[in-house]
Amino acid sequence: MRYEAPNTTKAAATLLAAEKGKAFVLAGGTDLLVRMKAGMLEPDLLVDIKQIDKMRTIAGNSTGFTIGAAVPGVEIGEHKTLGKLWPGVVEAAQLIGSDQVQGRCTIVGNLCNASPAADTVPALIAAGAKAVVVGKDKRRTMAVEKIVTGPGSTSLTKSEIIESIKLPKRDRNSGDAYLRFIPRTEMDIAVVGAAVNLTVSRGVIKSARVALGAVAPTALLVKEAADAIIGSKLDDASLERLAAACSAACNPIDDKRGTIHYRTKVAGVLGRRAATIAYERAGGKR
Amino acid sequence: MTDSTSFTNQKFKVIGQRVRRQDGMDKVTGRAKYGADAVAPGQLVGVILRSPHAHAKIKKIDTSRAEKLKGVKAVITSKDLPDYTNGNRDLLSMLENCMARGRALYDGHAVAAIAAVDASTARKALKLIKVDYKILPHVTDVDAAMQEDAPVIHDWVRTIGVEPAPSKASNVSMRSEFGHGDVDAGFAKADVIIEKSYKTEQTHQGYIEPHACLASMSPDGSGELWVTTQGHFAYRNWCAQLLGLDMSKLKVTSSEIGGGFGGKTHIWMEPIALALSRKANRPVKLVMSREEVFRASGPTSSTSIDVKIGATKDGRIVAATSECRYQGGAFPGAWAVIGAMTSFACYDLENVKTVGYEVVCNRPKVAAYRAPSAPMASFATESTVDLVAEALGMDPVDFRILNAAKEGTRASYGPTYGPIGIGPTLEAVKKHPHMRAKLKKNQGRGMACGFWFNFGGQTSCTINVAADGTVNLSVGTIDVGGSRSSLSMICAEELGISYEQVRTHIGDTAALAHNDMTDGSRGTFASGMAAIIAARRTKEVLKLRAATAWEIPVEDVDWQAGYAVALGDKHSNLEPLSLADIAANTENTGGPVAGHNEFVADGAGVSFASHICDVEVDPETGSTRVIRYTVIQDAGKAIHPDYVEGQFQGGAAQGIGWALNEEYIYGEDGRLQNPGFLDYRIPVCSDLPFIDTQILEIPNPNHPYGVRGVGETSIVPPLAAVGNAVSNAVGVRMTHVPMSPPRILAALEAEA
Repeated sequence: MRYEAPNTTKAAATLLAAEKGKAFVLAGGTDLLVRMKAGMLEPDLLVDIKQIDKMRTIAGNSTGFTIGAAVPGVEIGEHKTLGKLWPGVVEAAQLIGSDQVQGRCTIVGNLCNASPAADTVPALIAAGAKAVVVGKDKRRTMAVEKIVTGPGSTSLTKSEIIESIKLPKRDRNSGDAYLRFIPRTEMDIAVVGAAVNLTVSRGVIKSARVALGAVAPTALLVKEAADAIIGSKLDDASLERLAAACSAACNPIDDKRGTIHYRTKVAGVLGRRAATIAYERAGGKR
Repeated sequence: MTDSTSFTNQKFKVIGQRVRRQDGMDKVTGRAKYGADAVAPGQLVGVILRSPHAHAKIKKIDTSRAEKLKGVKAVITSKDLPDYTNGNRDLLSMLENCMARGRALYDGHAVAAIAAVDASTARKALKLIKVDYKILPHVTDVDAAMQEDAPVIHDWVRTIGVEPAPSKASNVSMRSEFGHGDVDAGFAKADVIIEKSYKTEQTHQGYIEPHACLASMSPDGSGELWVTTQGHFAYRNWCAQLLGLDMSKLKVTSSEIGGGFGGKTHIWMEPIALALSRKANRPVKLVMSREEVFRASGPTSSTSIDVKIGATKDGRIVAATSECRYQGGAFPGAWAVIGAMTSFACYDLENVKTVGYEVVCNRPKVAAYRAPSAPMASFATESTVDLVAEALGMDPVDFRILNAAKEGTRASYGPTYGPIGIGPTLEAVKKHPHMRAKLKKNQGRGMACGFWFNFGGQTSCTINVAADGTVNLSVGTIDVGGSRSSLSMICAEELGISYEQVRTHIGDTAALAHNDMTDGSRGTFASGMAAIIAARRTKEVLKLRAATAWEIPVEDVDWQAGYAVALGDKHSNLEPLSLADIAANTENTGGPVAGHNEFVADGAGVSFASHICDVEVDPETGSTRVIRYTVIQDAGKAIHPDYVEGQFQGGAAQGIGWALNEEYIYGEDGRLQNPGFLDYRIPVCSDLPFIDTQILEIPNPNHPYGVRGVGETSIVPPLAAVGNAVSNAVGVRMTHVPMSPPRILAALEAEA
């Protein structure tokens, strides 16, 4: 196995493109190294992106944020303006793993690991986040919801690498929230995750995005759920419509973490609760 | 006096203090050596190939390619483990569990093993072994395994304990029955009868340290084993028997233990390590991964239990029955027996009958787990007791007090109780402020009782006095919960010296006579009793040495507060001699000073506990949080109260995990779905409140200090305490453990 730590994103993409065997990007390694230790993966090439300066920084303000692909969860949590403007994205990032894992894990790693249960993905989708994708020869920007195509698979080509995540301009009176259900209080994988991002004007929801995790092969952007609350003051009836839309969008499996019935029901409950928190964060009063 | 073990109500100087733990510094600094920390020159890495099938005939194992790989020093299969068991089916089952003999009996069953120069070579070689399986029908559910049409796992299993003895093989290896009186007549008198069926899923002890050992066999037939274990003498005896060795030629040294809870009372891969070492002629280190621990060590039974209790309007239980069906894994066990014995041990019953069925399934062989088999039986009984109290309109604590066993009660499993603590723990529950604390919406309070037998057993120990007057105590019952410190306290108390002057060690199998394992809550009880006697014998030797030094009769010498004192006016010129004075002069007074004791520690006092639990249930998700928890238990006498409280809290924590989330989940294919701590959910710190404790001290008449074992009882009540609390919080009676969020939500929806 070869280990490389290039200084530019382009160099990283070139290394990936040139490798004939199995190549993996190493950021925090909180998924990759665990799998390697368990003997599930035997890479031929590891490309460590932590030496790429651009990937190590968070830049921006209310006109938009850029979060580098190698920024660990703990730095996302400590960033003052990011947490103020995007509390839902930040709380999702902070839910990954233990304190020790937080020092290493990244939101792009969480995205590219392509688990249906990833915590940050619904929050990023609800936020309308975009991924900056760098290949050997070209760059492109993609909506986060277009990255993951199924459990463990992404739409990235072999030489492509995500350099950063971009959060859009933040309107005043906006709020977002992410909630997940786990049987314990921490150190668990989401059985259901729900993210809501919305903007309010005089108490009326002007725009909203609702996303769900762990209830389908990929995280879902649920337009019907957003439509259920747009134009409302988040009264009980619109919340119930949102919950019903969330449940209706679910296409989960029965597994060791939960049943189809359970996930479907709880998706509605969490959607409703996340919307309530997001609404309050946006300055709305129920 | 020296050897008497009767309770004497003596006054203590050291006992009952909270002294600093002797093994604490090494453990918190990482210096302590656990099972995987042993090293030997030239050691190899051992790995085990395991069956991916729940039940399969092994048609052929081709190890030739693995053997040819550079760096591989030994490959073994069951062919390298000839049968030395001489018709002893239990021993042969033990060997067969360590490595499959023609058939894989569960997902994870060992099939072959490799020793190689390093881990990557060993793992590479593992992939080169080709096993040709023929998959056979399997069964993993206890009730399904009892059905007529279930696949019969062993053609040699006949149900013991039924008349006439069956001629056909089945998965039911034994039926047992306990009780007295006439239950039919009792139920006929009842005003209220509640009958209910319960299920509990399989759980693992969840010790943090995986099984690990270093084995070294010499060509001369001697060997050494360094291993994490709850009983190195038992491991020595079993390994020697299975490998055809003289027991005395195999020296076993126990490491520090990172938790056992019963799971390290049995051998799983130690004979494999020894066999690999024998074949490779090199030391072999074998360490299980967490996945291997889940798949191939010894979790506790999954169960299916029916309970029926009848009571009269005035609140007296007039009849009670239980039928306990316990899944024991791939080989016959005796787990339902204990379930049946403990079902109603807390109560004073005129008419009681309990029945146990041992059931073989395609799961790993069950091992002990802290008060093995009792928590499940208690869950069924204590849930039903609450239902009877409710049907009678009685307070559940008052109902239990009215029916509690007491001194003189004939226990449902046979013996008559001496002084016991069930009544006092219940009275303490009634008085506890926890019972009066206010509850909020969706919160509920439950309580439950629990019983454990406790055990004494064979014990041997030695006290050696060093030349400077400090003291070593060597015991052979290993320390899982701080017993070395407790035993040092006992030694100091008896010799009249300070705790700091005594250091306790675990002797290896060559240094001491046989000691039973640390099980049955016997560690501090049995070793403590042995140490008291050994210390009193040491004092006799010390008195003899002083008498020789003084040239006076030994009858004129007494031992007082750490000094030899010459009695009587005629010796008033003789200054008392300290332990150090005597130790410095043994060359001239008769030789070194030691004290021994070898005996069976009889008279372990039974133990009872009552727990109080508050939960909050989220009715929309079924999520349950324990918000307050109190353990009240009889310790007889708490030697070191910190460790007693730690045992109370630890058992409660494990029981809460079992009650709410822990379970082995098997797929349709008979494979374990969650062999890791991510999806086998033991509670994390933030899942639990601080667990409050109250120690009661009702002396055990059979121990000089009144000690009772305390390690196990605390895991017995939590399943029912949580279940009763959930019922009181949201009005659903949970009959299936764990009460996971999907199960609670389904129950709430069914109720609505």
